Amino acid sequence: MSIYLNADSKIIVQGMTGGMGSKHTALMLDAGSNIVGGVNARKAGTTAEIGGKELPVFGSVKEAMEATGANVSVAFVPPAFAKDAAIEAIDAEIPLLVVITEGIPVRDTAEFYNYAASKDGKKTRIIGPNCPGIITPEESLAGITPHTIAGKGPIGLVSKSGTLTYQMMYELRDYGFTTAIGIGGDPIIGTTHIDALEAFEADPETKAIVMIGEIGGDAEERAAAYIKEHVTKPVVGYVAGFTAPEGKTMGHAGAIVSGSSGTAQAKKEALEAAGVKVGKTPSETAELMREIMRSL
Amino acid sequence: MDLFEYQARDVFEKHGVPVLAGAVATTPEEARAAAETIGAKSGGVTVVKAQVKTGGRGKAGGVKVAKSTDEAEQLAGQILGMDIKGHTVHQVMIAQGAQIAEEYYFSILLDRTNRTYLAMCSKEGGMDIEQLAVERPEALARIAVDPNVGIDAAKAQEIVDAAGFDAETGAKIAPVLETLWKVYRDEDATLVEVNPLVKDNDGNIVALDGKVTLDENAEFRHEDHAALEDKAAADPLEAKAKEKGLNYVKLDGEVGIIGNGAGLVMSTLDVVAYAGEAHGVKPANFLDIGGGANAQVMADGLDVILGDEQVRSVFVNVFGGITACDEVANGIKGALEILGDHATKPLVVRLDGNNVDAGRAILNELNHPLVTQVDTMDGAAAKAAELAASK
Repeated sequence: MSIYLNADSKIIVQGMTGGMGSKHTALMLDAGSNIVGGVNARKAGTTAEIGGKELPVFGSVKEAMEATGANVSVAFVPPAFAKDAAIEAIDAEIPLLVVITEGIPVRDTAEFYNYAASKDGKKTRIIGPNCPGIITPEESLAGITPHTIAGKGPIGLVSKSGTLTYQMMYELRDYGFTTAIGIGGDPIIGTTHIDALEAFEADPETKAIVMIGEIGGDAEERAAAYIKEHVTKPVVGYVAGFTAPEGKTMGHAGAIVSGSSGTAQAKKEALEAAGVKVGKTPSETAELMREIMRSL
Repeated sequence: MDLFEYQARDVFEKHGVPVLAGAVATTPEEARAAAETIGAKSGGVTVVKAQVKTGGRGKAGGVKVAKSTDEAEQLAGQILGMDIKGHTVHQVMIAQGAQIAEEYYFSILLDRTNRTYLAMCSKEGGMDIEQLAVERPEALARIAVDPNVGIDAAKAQEIVDAAGFDAETGAKIAPVLETLWKVYRDEDATLVEVNPLVKDNDGNIVALDGKVTLDENAEFRHEDHAALEDKAAADPLEAKAKEKGLNYVKLDGEVGIIGNGAGLVMSTLDVVAYAGEAHGVKPANFLDIGGGANAQVMADGLDVILGDEQVRSVFVNVFGGITACDEVANGIKGALEILGDHATKPLVVRLDGNNVDAGRAILNELNHPLVTQVDTMDGAAAKAAELAASK
């Protein structure tokens, strides 16, 4: 089992014919993803040869879904066009939309997220933006996480950061993962730590969870409160940004300490108060997870 | 990007928010000239206001009323050059004098928790709003704003009602809130705050002081925003890094840091800080070179870091995800060639991930006197801290 993505997922790529899109479509195919086509209104009806596979290009997400039964879209669309691409996918009621794009104005994300949230009935789950996407090792990859880092195993991973996701998967490659999900470093994101924790708690194959956070906002504090109430599986945590100065954006648009809020220390304390073991470094965090795995 | 008060005033004016006349001055002479024009509208009275991006300037003596042009010039001379919470005053705004009857508070901001916008409004303006929120939360109305609807007439009415304004005052404030929403949306702001929003003796509503934060991700659709940047205040190394498209934040320490990915670089700073405790050294900067670790990007990054005189060692921490470690190793090799004699500080390199063996082999073969390879992140951080302490 896994969360959100598995071997049966049929994936389309919005922006597949662009530089980033074609490169990562090839890598997703390598990872075993079932890519069924791409979307580009100007190239509708043509095909694109990517990674030795002839992939159809559709005029819209809706057309692509009707023709292929796709249930996941991965968007590699430049920031200026990302909102329109997301709205198109939401209108087509695709169950899962992964927005990889970095640098989307927060107003655009606020608008498409709330648009999706306002839909009755079939809602689209959005992962990202500004994220590495999601991987269920040895089954499917919807995003840019290297599939070679780690294989299948009993750990669920949720992280704001791409490279820390990779680092942690590498540290724990001896155990492997059910699913690893990078939720993104922007101020507004579609899928939160809490969403992923809820899904991992419900997934019978996931035995323990690693949660990686960073400075900015209060998502980790809220996740801590959620863990205390609802998560029975062991959780280990890591928080980046203890040395970040107040008022400076540290790479991710959402990674900023404002006044006394959003500090790494507050997040660590909240997680520890919820019974989560928090590592000082990624290696120490991995070691805490190993101790838990040995005791299970 | 945070704007100065005078910039916020100009943006407000552009969108039709009622503001008083104001002009920026960088010398007492300019202040005098501005006071002549602006004071004519308010019986010769102007307010000289320090332009700093921090609160509490009033208490620090950075806001003074001038009753004549002479006094405006003299006060500008006092205020220019003042230090307010570590910010040097380089500019003052000469503002028209106001006849204040009542002071209110209004802001719109991003609500990360609820993934929407939040409008806050109070009849008790002028004071520190964080203090008000803690001491008398009932006096501060908080109303969620749907990003796809915004503050229309109905929402503006809801806000003024929640804040407890009487019908007459509420009717005057509501349209101002609608125009402030236009500022927020049309300028791609993440914060618009008016404190105080005042009612003057004639019953007019005026935005007397404003704070605006703009979303830098939206600069591609706001060509005019680049001109609002305070280039004079930027750290020279940060400015240089920005020119080269590098994501760099200057800190106060001895161990230079280069890494790929914002999360990993933040984590690297922390790991270096822990390792540095034993040696009395700290991380010198944040620098994320992203996925493309080619020779030129690596050389640009090293060039910026080596420009920091405090730096005594550099820690290059790369996890090869999409980018393979051999490409990164070749990037480091190429960067050292580009920099030549300019590279003077020891480099501790930790490579892991995709194609790590090939990457490490390239650096081993290079056998550069400045380069030390350490296989783990924690070990490399300790080595970099040790080198920074011993130099």
